Amino acid sequence: MLLNHAEAVALALSFKVSLVGVACSLPVAMACAWLLARTRFFGKPLFEGLLLLPLILPPVVTGYILLIVFGHHGPIGKWLDAAGLSIAFRWTGAALAAAVMAFPLLVVALRNAFESVDRKLENAAATLGAGPWRIFFGITLPLSLRGLAAGLALAFARAFGEFGATITFVSSIPGQTRTLPIALYELISTPGGEGGALRLTLVAVIVALLASLAAALMLLRGGTRATEAEA
Amino acid sequence: MIELDLTLQRGEFSLELALASEARALALFGHSGCGKTTTLLAIAGLLHPQRGRIAIGGHVLFDDATGVDLPAPRRDLGVVFQDARLFQHLSVRDNLRYGMPRDAAPTSFDEVVALLGLATLLKRRPGQLSGGQVRRVAIGRALLRRPRALLLDEPLANLHREARAEVLQHLVRLKREFALTTIMVSHQHDEVAALADAVAIIDDGRLAALQDVAAFRARPAAPFTATVVPGIAAAR
Repeated sequence: MLLNHAEAVALALSFKVSLVGVACSLPVAMACAWLLARTRFFGKPLFEGLLLLPLILPPVVTGYILLIVFGHHGPIGKWLDAAGLSIAFRWTGAALAAAVMAFPLLVVALRNAFESVDRKLENAAATLGAGPWRIFFGITLPLSLRGLAAGLALAFARAFGEFGATITFVSSIPGQTRTLPIALYELISTPGGEGGALRLTLVAVIVALLASLAAALMLLRGGTRATEAEA
Repeated sequence: MIELDLTLQRGEFSLELALASEARALALFGHSGCGKTTTLLAIAGLLHPQRGRIAIGGHVLFDDATGVDLPAPRRDLGVVFQDARLFQHLSVRDNLRYGMPRDAAPTSFDEVVALLGLATLLKRRPGQLSGGQVRRVAIGRALLRRPRALLLDEPLANLHREARAEVLQHLVRLKREFALTTIMVSHQHDEVAALADAVAIIDDGRLAALQDVAAFRARPAAPFTATVVPGIAAAR
């Protein structure tokens, strides 16, 4: 099965957009997941609801919100344009859409992973002089690696398959924003595009299967443990 | 000098403990659930008393009157937990080095490793160690923190006979060679008699008696609040 040039470009772009999107999403998701797993604060259910919003909202709505905020006339978009960092209708915009859509999956996976780390180990590290950052990077994160890897696999699959938010926010520009799902949609709507559509479908299924398999393997190897605390 | 004056409510349980001791090794002795471990966790900074004062060697760790409540990482204490709490993803060597100050001399590492007989275990993971070895690594890790005082929570609990004898022997050696202020929690008469200089007998969250170890050795261990210390039953 050989892809033609346009299909190969869409596939390569999808990988780039998904990888960059998930990489950008990861630090923020990690911080939010840690807050949810390890702290109590006023309005936590609301905060959690907001974080999960991209999972619940129709993707087109998410894309439109991104367009309003990050578009050329949006409050952040204007500022980015002035700084020469415009993302609207560029691959970086597609990566932002992918990041936003993958974000809730990362938060959920990381939260579960952090909660499965025995807090008594973190307390032991504290008595050994470790501050919060050292405890997080030296104890909590290494003990959450399998959950993290599973979350990354699922988030990547979600970002790779992202369509609605991307086409609404950054449209379909070949080489810039026409990712695999958008290219596939256009092939389906074009007479004579069935062959290409079939090839891209097969690629999408293989990528999704591999990501899902990777996630399942990581989770199986991870096991679960209850979180305990001193108090 | 160990000064403890704690008021701590934990669910239904209330701890009201006040004592001062010049002993270098103080044991908190009593039945399960009497508040020994709660006291130790409060000293370590992992539980926070509602009121009181905790000072070791004149160094104030907690004092509600002056608003001092040092966080656990800044208390400079070496804590050996009953469940050891070794980091499973790190080797024995990395567990031992975890709390070491950056300016610690390499000789101090070698010294502790030799004292506790850990040289052959350094490359292993905690999951590959026996119960006694796990306890020795936990003791070494706490010692290498170069602590102001050592806190031991039931250091010999849940060990089979040989492992218990092995760890006890190391603790006796450690007491002799390091001369470190130590607060240990125990409900075992023999380990207290072997390791402590003074014994605080705790009953239901209150200090029942404070004895030197010679007086403690001279009395039968159980039931300690009624028979070990004359006058306690009457006082209650």
